[in-house]
Amino acid sequence: MTDLATFADAIAAVLLLASGALSLVAALGLLRLPDFFQRMHAPAMVTTLGTWCAALASIIHFWVTDFGLRGTVVVILLGLTAPVTTVMLARATLFRRRAAEVSDPGETGL
Amino acid sequence: MTPLLSFSLVAALLCFAVAIVLALPRLLRGPAAQDRILALDFIAVNAMLIVLVLGIRHASTMYFEAALLMALFGFVSATAMAKFLFRGEVIE
Repeated sequence: MTDLATFADAIAAVLLLASGALSLVAALGLLRLPDFFQRMHAPAMVTTLGTWCAALASIIHFWVTDFGLRGTVVVILLGLTAPVTTVMLARATLFRRRAAEVSDPGETGL
Repeated sequence: MTPLLSFSLVAALLCFAVAIVLALPRLLRGPAAQDRILALDFIAVNAMLIVLVLGIRHASTMYFEAALLMALFGFVSATAMAKFLFRGEVIE
């Protein structure tokens, strides 16, 4: 039993380290990528894979007391809501760029 | 809790905190308004991950509800701001 608990803790530790590394890479991408549509790709990595890793780590850790339902609900909620936010932001960006082009062709700050 | 797990808990918390700090310039300067919204959404997700990891560290499943609420509020605020950029009003 203790061997099993140690093994589960090792898996959870690896998943947590992967989640932290993904978050750092996404933050660097958000900071360094040149265009907005390229920058949109970076946080999606955290909202999908990074959150899956952290939630799986806590599901594995709390497996005895709580059967992982609530952690799964968090991840499924994020998986449902992240594309909605992304599509709305992309549409708003296209709309604003087109409106700026129509009103003032010289301004490309958007 | 094994030493490996406690070490990786602290490492993951540090990674999330550094990621939030790295996203702050994009939030404060960001060239356009949509960059700021993207950075705010990223910071909300990272704060939710911090709460999830703190739940493991404090050995309490009550943190799942807090993480769920933070994810929900982050989604609602980001979508409302994107809708505002698109239409000029949130509810029409």
